Amino acid sequence: MVQMSSSAKQKGRYGKFGGQYVPETLMSALLELEAAYEEASQDPEFTEELDYYLRDFVGRETPLYFAERLTKKIGGAKIYLKREDLNHTGAHKINNSIGQALLAMRMGKRKIVAETGAGQHGVATATACALFGLDCIIFMGKEDVRRQELNVFRMELLGAKVVPVEKGSGTLKDAVNEALRYWVAHVEDTHYILGSALGPHPFPRIVRDFQRVIGVETRRQILEKEGRLPDAVVACIGGGSNAIGMFHPFVEDEKVALYGVEAAGSGIGTGLHAAAIAGGKEGVLHGAYMYILQDEDGFIQEAHSISAGLDYPAVGPEHCHLYDIGRAVYTSVTDEGALAGLRLLSETEGIIPALESAHAIQYVAELAKGMGPDEVVVVCLSGRGDKDVQTVRDALGGGAR
Amino acid sequence: MNQVEKSIRSCVEQGRKAFVPYIMAGDGGLGSLRDKVLFLQEAGATAIEIGIPFSDPVADGETIQQAGERALAEGVTLRAVLQSLQSFKEEVKPEMPLLIMSYLNPILAYGIDAFVQSLRESCVSGLIIPDLPLEESGHIKELLTENGIALIQLVSLTSDQKRMAAIAEQSSGFIYAVTVNGITGAREGFDESLAAHLKSLKSISPVPVLAGFGISTPAHVEQLSIHTDGVIVGSAIVDAFHNGYTARISELIEASKLKMMADH
Repeated sequence: MVQMSSSAKQKGRYGKFGGQYVPETLMSALLELEAAYEEASQDPEFTEELDYYLRDFVGRETPLYFAERLTKKIGGAKIYLKREDLNHTGAHKINNSIGQALLAMRMGKRKIVAETGAGQHGVATATACALFGLDCIIFMGKEDVRRQELNVFRMELLGAKVVPVEKGSGTLKDAVNEALRYWVAHVEDTHYILGSALGPHPFPRIVRDFQRVIGVETRRQILEKEGRLPDAVVACIGGGSNAIGMFHPFVEDEKVALYGVEAAGSGIGTGLHAAAIAGGKEGVLHGAYMYILQDEDGFIQEAHSISAGLDYPAVGPEHCHLYDIGRAVYTSVTDEGALAGLRLLSETEGIIPALESAHAIQYVAELAKGMGPDEVVVVCLSGRGDKDVQTVRDALGGGAR
Repeated sequence: MNQVEKSIRSCVEQGRKAFVPYIMAGDGGLGSLRDKVLFLQEAGATAIEIGIPFSDPVADGETIQQAGERALAEGVTLRAVLQSLQSFKEEVKPEMPLLIMSYLNPILAYGIDAFVQSLRESCVSGLIIPDLPLEESGHIKELLTENGIALIQLVSLTSDQKRMAAIAEQSSGFIYAVTVNGITGAREGFDESLAAHLKSLKSISPVPVLAGFGISTPAHVEQLSIHTDGVIVGSAIVDAFHNGYTARISELIEASKLKMMADH
């Protein structure tokens, strides 16, 4: 595989991954965003404002909950759930949307464009825009519009304009394409709130930093509850925003194992999956050098997953790097496994997880079983499952029995 | 001097402006590539830009997206296009530069070294990669320069003076001046500030400056040629070939030859 050179000039690199592969029209906006973010992140007023909204609007901090019945049922390590599902709007996405909306206003931009897959990022962004009185346009693949029609209605209630994308597979990748095209045409007064830890620099860093609150809180909470760091931390990965937010504060703690769970769809062997680390090759998509599902001619392949939020053919650059250096382990769970994980958590804990998060739950069930009762594992419960009830009902054939 | 620059300069020296049509390789079947290239050569194009279809063309508007989808449906790949070009390269005049326009990922999948080698074998003298800004272009540019192939850089309306200067300094072949904020495709008109932008770019560029994006009528061709060394026309050409209106292509090309246009 060709290695892109990593001269000192190239910014936003995680090892060889990342970069800024965008049309020239967007370069000025990326440089402006980088400078604005640099300045904002050093400004205590910005941090205070963000903290205020995260606390009083989003409802942070979210609990780190000991899943006692799940732990008993599995019979291995103690399992803790980081309850991002309890955030306002039902997932971790709001952490980033609020942060970037504040950043947009700081740059004098009052128009927002965003993409969405499951609709969680779209709802979070529409919410942030309603909160601050910003114009909001959301691109969403037509297949996702179908799968997540309630979220489309939510976004519209919040005053956003939702544009269905007919092209390609009609999923997240195609929504990102359209959002990028829209941004190129409206770059002078519009900010693009990218929802995952991918895209051109500085997006992977900005999204990670706004999601780091997940890991920062988790670290403090587990020290309070257990008096020590966890043995393992687990999160699901589409583009990888909840996972990088959870992992990042633990990266230097070498004894904490990090597990990212990709969506294996119908199974890696079938080719119908969304596991870019397991089944992809290095390449460039949407502005960054990453592992990508692609054919031998470099055409991007469609991802397949029961969960719209993981239905993306690449994984954010920092995850690619953590994989390359062996710091994090990336594994995968199938659609069927995710459904089992969803039922398991619903029945043992009274929490219906999002299908995305259910991938992580299912993996944790396997992982914890092989660990001792004195060991501790934390899983990021990135979102709640209300949005998925219809999909799950269809998949289970009409009833849960 | 690279062949791309040489041909544009020679055209301008003869009192005309450069006209670079864009075609989507494999739209209408890869068999039509030779016919289109030879037609454009005969019709008086200064150079020909050959687009490679891609699954995710984020810089392109509807017309070229759809042409790309038609080409992808025909199974067209970068490899197949380069092989096709090689098969009829003797019929392309030496002073008619061929340019390849491809998004980066198909090139990475091909392998950069092998790709540059294939460009040479197919007598391609210029390359445009719309998702490769100056900052990321170092390695590929070096290889291309060693092989006498121009990496054509884009300058946009949002590129400030400092970026314009940096891009101009690194440019080869010509500078592709993007005339609108947005993607490719036909438009009604252009921003008022465009003329000043093009003049300013022209004044600092060591290579010719060609305007592109949204140029779809003979009037646009004349208007945009005033402050530049010529134009690139994409969607209108793609559309004309697709619908069989080849006379329109000749009209567009004629507009670039009509008269000696003032540079200032």
